[in-house]
Amino acid sequence: MSRLLEVDRIRLSFKGVRAIDGVSFHVDEGELFAIIGPNGAGKTSIFNCLNQVYRPQEGDIRWKGESIMGLKPNKTAELGIARTFQNIALFPHMTVIENILTGRHVRMKQGWLAGAIWLGPAKKEELENRFKVEDIVDFLEIEQWRKHPVGMLPYGVQKRVELGRALAMDPELLLLDEPVAGMNLEETEDMARFILDIQDELGVSMILVEHDMGLVMDIADRVMVLDFGRKIADGRPAEVQRNPDVIKAYLGEEFEPAD
Amino acid sequence: MRGRPQLYTSYAADQALLNTGTKRLSFALFGVVLLCLPLGFIPGFRWAADADWMLVLAEVAILFIAALGLNLLTGLAGQVSLGHAFFMGVGAYVAAILGSPEGPLWGLGLPIWVWLPAAGLVAAAIGVLIAPTSFRVRGLYLAIVTLGLVFIGEHLFRNLDFITGGSQSGRTFPPLEFKFWKEETPFIDFATDGDWFGVELTGQAKTYYLMLGLALIAGLVAKNIQRTRAGRAFQSIRDRDIAAEITGVDEFRYKTIAFALSSFFAGVAGALFASFVGRTIPEAFGLPLSVEVIAIVLIGGAGVVSGMGMGAAFVIVMPLIVRTITEWLTQVAKTGEGVFQKIADVLVSTGTFDPGLVSASAGSGPGLNVFQLNQVLYGLLIVGFIIFEPLGLYGIWLRVRNYWKGWPFTY
Repeated sequence: MSRLLEVDRIRLSFKGVRAIDGVSFHVDEGELFAIIGPNGAGKTSIFNCLNQVYRPQEGDIRWKGESIMGLKPNKTAELGIARTFQNIALFPHMTVIENILTGRHVRMKQGWLAGAIWLGPAKKEELENRFKVEDIVDFLEIEQWRKHPVGMLPYGVQKRVELGRALAMDPELLLLDEPVAGMNLEETEDMARFILDIQDELGVSMILVEHDMGLVMDIADRVMVLDFGRKIADGRPAEVQRNPDVIKAYLGEEFEPAD
Repeated sequence: MRGRPQLYTSYAADQALLNTGTKRLSFALFGVVLLCLPLGFIPGFRWAADADWMLVLAEVAILFIAALGLNLLTGLAGQVSLGHAFFMGVGAYVAAILGSPEGPLWGLGLPIWVWLPAAGLVAAAIGVLIAPTSFRVRGLYLAIVTLGLVFIGEHLFRNLDFITGGSQSGRTFPPLEFKFWKEETPFIDFATDGDWFGVELTGQAKTYYLMLGLALIAGLVAKNIQRTRAGRAFQSIRDRDIAAEITGVDEFRYKTIAFALSSFFAGVAGALFASFVGRTIPEAFGLPLSVEVIAIVLIGGAGVVSGMGMGAAFVIVMPLIVRTITEWLTQVAKTGEGVFQKIADVLVSTGTFDPGLVSASAGSGPGLNVFQLNQVLYGLLIVGFIIFEPLGLYGIWLRVRNYWKGWPFTY
C-alpha cells in the first residue's frame, strides 16, 4: 500500500483559538480512515485544511509526496480530493443530474465557447459524461429523482446526491463529513453499504468524520481520535475503544467515590 | 418504444433542446408566426404588420439580447449588476466610432460586421476589468459598485463630446446596413423599402427580420452556454460558492467569464439599440436603462432564456399600453360625460392646474407623467414578482402548463 496523504503536524488557529494543534496522520491507498472526537474537536477544520479552504499556519500536507499547501481549493479537487459536507452543500436550484454533472466539471475540458456552439466537441463531451453520471445514479439508487431540483428532495436523498457529486469527480480520496448524521437506522445502513461499496468496487480511499460510533467501529480500518484540536489516540477501532484517554474525552473522568 | 413517444430512448434525445414533441410543435408554430408577421396575413395578428409595431417588435428583440447578458450574470452566476446600461453605452459608442460616417465627431465608416462584434468585444474587455471587484464584494455591495459604474459611465459619455456629441445634441450612430467595406451603397440596407426574394417589405419589416435573426442566434448561444459545463459552473457559484470551489470550479475564472459574456451581450445590444434609434444622447445609457433590463430579467424569470423573451415583450409593450390608456382617459376627462368623466378626471391631469394622478404628456400638469408612471410600475412589478413569483412570467407559464397537463384532475 502506498501512501496517499500525509498530514504533518499542522497547526491552525483563528485569532486566539487553537482549532488544530499539531495533528499528524496519514492515509494509505484504499484505506477507510475515520476521525472521531467530541464537538469542536477540529474534525471539520481538518477537512477544510485538506481542501485548502483554511490555510494551516504551520505544518505540511502532502499528496502523494508533494506538498499541497497554498493551492487553491479547486486545485485540490483536480488532484482527486472530493468531499461531502456536514450540512448538505448541494446546488439547490439545479437538478440531481446537473448537480452530479457539476461534479464532472474537473474531468471535463470544453470551455464556454465550445459550449456556446454546442454541436461538435461540447455535445460529445456532455453525452459521454451523462453516461458516467447515469452510472453513479444507478449505483446510488436515485433514478427516480433524476430531474428533480435537489432543494426539494428529502434529506436522506440529498445526502446521497451529494455523495454522487463527490464520486463524479473520480476522486482518489473522499472526505465524508458526517454522512449519516440525522439519518434513521435504515438510511444509515444504506449509506454504510454505499461507503463499503465505494471502498471495495471503486478502490477509493476515504476519511470519515462521524459521530455514529457503531458505524465507525464497524467499517473503519483505522481511527484517529481528536479532542480540542489535539490527537489523543489512533489505531485500529478495537484498540481505540479501550484507550483510557478516549474514554476520558467522551465520558469524562472516572468518578472515584470517597470512602 | 413504438407508440410511447414521450419516453426517451437515448440520453442524446433527453439532452436535446426541444426534447418533447409538444415543444417542437409549439416552437415551430411560434417561428412560423414570427416569420409571417410582417406579411400581415395571419388572422388576429394583421395589426402587427404595421410599421410602428414592426419597430416595437424589433426593439423587443434588441432588449431580449441585452437581457440575455444580464441573465447570464445575475440569473445564472448570481452576481447582481446594475451596470448593464454602462456596458450597453460602451457598445453603442464603440459602434459609433467604428461605424459612423466620418464627420465632425469620430467615425471611421466601417461596415456592420466590424462594428457589431467590436462593440461586444470592447464591452467584454471592460467587463473583465470589472470582474475582480465581484471577488471582493458580494450581493448588495456588488450592486452598489456596479451602480457607481453607471454614473461614472454617464459622466464620461457626457464629457467625451468628441465621441458622444454631448448632452445637447447627441450623435448619430451607424445605420443598419450591410457593406463589404467603405463603399457608398450597401448591398442590404434596412432603411428603405424593397423586396427580398420577391416579397415586398417595408424598411421596418426588414429591420424586424434582422433583429429577429440576431435574437435567435443570441438566444441559442445563451441557452447552449447555460446547459453545458460553463453554465453549470455559473449556477454552482450562484447556489453555493465554497462548495463549487471544492467541487473544482475556479470561482475567479468563472466570475470573470460571466462578466465578460454578459458585457459582450450588453455591448452588442447597445450597439444595435443605438443604431436602431439612429441618434441619441449620452443620458440614454443611464440608470433607467439598467432598471429596464433588470425589470426584464426579474419579470421574465431569472435564469430562464425563454423568460427573457416574455420579459422583454412585457417591458416594451407595457408603456405603450399605459400611454394608450392615459390618452384615452384624457380624452374621456375632456369630452366625456357622467360618472366616467368624473373618474377619468380624478385619475388624469389635463392641464397645469388640474390635479390628477398622471398626465398624458410630460410637463403638462401636476402628477406623474407617463414615463414616471412607468418607472413606478416597473418598481412595483419587480417587488411583486420577487415576492409572489420569483420565477417571473416563466413561473406563471409553468403553473398554467402544469394545470392543463393534469386537467381535469387537480394533480
